[in-house]
Amino acid sequence: MIDFESVTITYEGAAQPTLADVNLRIDEGELVLVVGRTGSGKSTLLRAINGLVPHFTGGTLQGRVTVDGRDTRTHPPRDLADLVGMVPQDPMSSFVTDTVEEELAYSMECLGIAPAVMRRRVEETLDLLGLTDVRDRPLLSLSGGQRQRVAIGAVLTAHPRVLVLDEPTSALDPGAAEEVLATLQRLVHDLGITVVLAEHRLERVLEYADRIVYVPGDAAPLIIGTPSDIMRDVPIAPAVVQLGRLAHWEPLPLSVRDARRRAASLRERLADTPEPTAPDVGARVVTIDRTKASYGEIPALRGVTLDVAAGEVIALMGRNGAGKSTLLSTLVGLRRPDAGTVRIDGLDPAALTGPKLIGRIGLVPQESTDLLGRDTVAAECQDADRDAQVPSGSTAVLLAELAPDISPDMHPRDLSEGQRITLALAIILVASPAVILLDEPTRGLDYPTKARLAQILRDLAARGHAVVLATHDVELAAEVATRVVVLADGEVVADGPTAHIVVGSPLFAPQVAKVLATAPGQSVPLTVTAVQRALAATS
Amino acid sequence: MNMTARLVHPGAWWLWAIGLAVAASRTTNPLLLGLIIAVAGYVVAARRPQAPWSRSFAVFLRIGLIVIAIRMVFQAIVSAPIGTTVLVTLPSLTLPDLFAGVRLGGAITAESMLAAFYEGLRLATILACIGAANSLASPARLLKAAPAALYEFGVSLVVAITFAPQLVADLDRIRSARRLRGRANAGIRGAAGAAVPVLEGALERSVNLAAAMDSRGYGRQAERSPQLRRMTTGALIIGLIAVIIGVYALLDASAPTYLGLPLLIVGVVIGLVGFTLAGRRTTRSRYRPDPWSGAEWLLTGCAVVTGASLLILGILGTPGLTPSVDPPVWPALPPLAVLAILVSALPAFLTPAPPRPRVPLSREAVAA
Repeated sequence: MIDFESVTITYEGAAQPTLADVNLRIDEGELVLVVGRTGSGKSTLLRAINGLVPHFTGGTLQGRVTVDGRDTRTHPPRDLADLVGMVPQDPMSSFVTDTVEEELAYSMECLGIAPAVMRRRVEETLDLLGLTDVRDRPLLSLSGGQRQRVAIGAVLTAHPRVLVLDEPTSALDPGAAEEVLATLQRLVHDLGITVVLAEHRLERVLEYADRIVYVPGDAAPLIIGTPSDIMRDVPIAPAVVQLGRLAHWEPLPLSVRDARRRAASLRERLADTPEPTAPDVGARVVTIDRTKASYGEIPALRGVTLDVAAGEVIALMGRNGAGKSTLLSTLVGLRRPDAGTVRIDGLDPAALTGPKLIGRIGLVPQESTDLLGRDTVAAECQDADRDAQVPSGSTAVLLAELAPDISPDMHPRDLSEGQRITLALAIILVASPAVILLDEPTRGLDYPTKARLAQILRDLAARGHAVVLATHDVELAAEVATRVVVLADGEVVADGPTAHIVVGSPLFAPQVAKVLATAPGQSVPLTVTAVQRALAATS
Repeated sequence: MNMTARLVHPGAWWLWAIGLAVAASRTTNPLLLGLIIAVAGYVVAARRPQAPWSRSFAVFLRIGLIVIAIRMVFQAIVSAPIGTTVLVTLPSLTLPDLFAGVRLGGAITAESMLAAFYEGLRLATILACIGAANSLASPARLLKAAPAALYEFGVSLVVAITFAPQLVADLDRIRSARRLRGRANAGIRGAAGAAVPVLEGALERSVNLAAAMDSRGYGRQAERSPQLRRMTTGALIIGLIAVIIGVYALLDASAPTYLGLPLLIVGVVIGLVGFTLAGRRTTRSRYRPDPWSGAEWLLTGCAVVTGASLLILGILGTPGLTPSVDPPVWPALPPLAVLAILVSALPAFLTPAPPRPRVPLSREAVAA
């Protein structure tokens, strides 16, 4: 179906090719997962399938890419629209129209499909993707999962035989991600569509993949194979695979179900793991008392009460729209609560400005680029020194400590996702706030970068900062959080030590806990490192 | 007529509003103008759908009030007074001959104020008609109904319409981010600091959108000869110019009559030829086009009756269309004109009601 014949892609001005001598053949009805570190060339590979590379992006493509016999050299993306459906990373930025139904019809209109056929396909697609209830809603009013499904539906109506998706679940909560993946699986099984997708959160998609293409980056040759072969030794692996490697399970388990069946002996060895001692926490720095907030008539927080102490790392979890971001923006005083009080060090954050505010509390927003406005990293650091009224050069020193690989001359927008978050974190940290908030920090981060971020957060907590992160990433929460707070519909529905909350929860349990726990609330290690430590202690 | 709830063709609403606007342009009688605003307002109240753009009628009414105020202030300060009933006398200043001896200030008469009010009200009424069309017809659906030749123009407008709220959201986010860095949002520095990231974000999004549109088949075209392309462009431009002159002549009572209707018709015909030729270029089809049936014909009929009646009454010189301001008299109410305007209120009863949204907006809509 898709054929790459000795393809080399070089972007204009680049010293070396992004992909070199790629030979890849994808058959009809396959679900192929493309994995690799950020910036390794995954997106380039995906966008070469429908000719966006090089027709749209520029650069040089040597070799040949054909899809169902059509050469992308002679067929620009628009002439492949009936064959390849391309779902970009951010669905909102790809929508052309303003309501669900019109968006579903748009590709077909471009292709000149007869009105009667269009109508039938729109109805079929609405049913297939479960969008009937929202058919005449404006796209802006949809939730993240619904938007992603509309984006998939919008290309499906053209009846493409290949579907290409770039990180379809990165912005979604675990529930919505499962929704989207179930849809994809249905397309592969029922309609025989060939699916190629790139994803960082392997724990979500690994079990669905027929084959994996590992893109090592730096133009090194691709590694292609079945999931269990590839997972044996690539540096990017989800927790369940790492656990399998640690326990030397053969063949390597790819899903929690596989791993559970082999975990009996490991469970026994870990049976008498002592309950982790509650970490020492310092003085209370944040008090939130019966706080309410709303958007117009719609309540976002309905009386939240929460204390945060120095040295704690709190993971704020819950589905999209549960009130996590609202709580964070109330904490930094971006919005005043409708009722109740929020106090940082006994002060109202909404009344603080300038150094008084950033010296007490700092937030790394979901789009970390929002914080950055200058054209070099060095200028950004100098600005931060001035804003925080600290000696010149402090931010640069701090950044070098957190991420030694960032060159001060780079443009902040050219940094990788992980580097950008680190830069934003350094800017916030230089004012030495007692409380650090992060909104969805692991979006688009690969496993090694995520591990590095987790280490930084743990160090911060050890130095007495209080850290609160809103996240969908259960693995990250298990890794760093000392306490988990679950929000639903603007209310706190669970609040306690991480292990107590996540073990036994179908949505919030990390993979290791799902493999090892047999009863809810049971004391088990939550991460691979914890397993390693426990095993070292018993042997 | 089938009265099942549905959205009436946006083009039909615009025709209906243009009919009322033409009627308004032929009279300065405040009673008739008031009646036109009342009719437009009544139909809007009865038939506007639940959508963000359906609240624009009130906005246009407010703009109309401003127009009246500006017109009267200008009359008071700049224009030569009519009549003799002096209300106030301002200190006056006659500009040198270089400025054609324009007089500023001086006596303000009741007659000239009345004349200014009538003219301002006429403009305000035309604005109210446009506002009514805006409230009743979805701009996006109107663009969809635009002829194929205007397709690309329509797409850029739709994209702009959907971009605007996202830009506002971006601006909001970046302003909050400035607070997170401990900076002030007020002043020029604050605005400039927010502008760069907002524009960068908009640019990035445009590039993403362009890539998405390209991958979805936007811009697939049929082959055309250069000769045909030149003919198309020529026909479109000539037709447009003819239509503009024709409309102007028709609305300006002092223009020669042969410039009016005949030129308008010629312009429309040439333009239609151009549109048809241009439409052949794209190979697109249309999803669920709005039908043009009973209700739409009714609206067209109302527009023709209201607009044409006032035009004819104006040509016949029916008394009461332009009430005297010097001496000021209480305007009479010409019964035929009243009847013609009331015809345009029929759509409030005889067109299908707009459908209610099936599902209320969800909460994440607002949270997002």
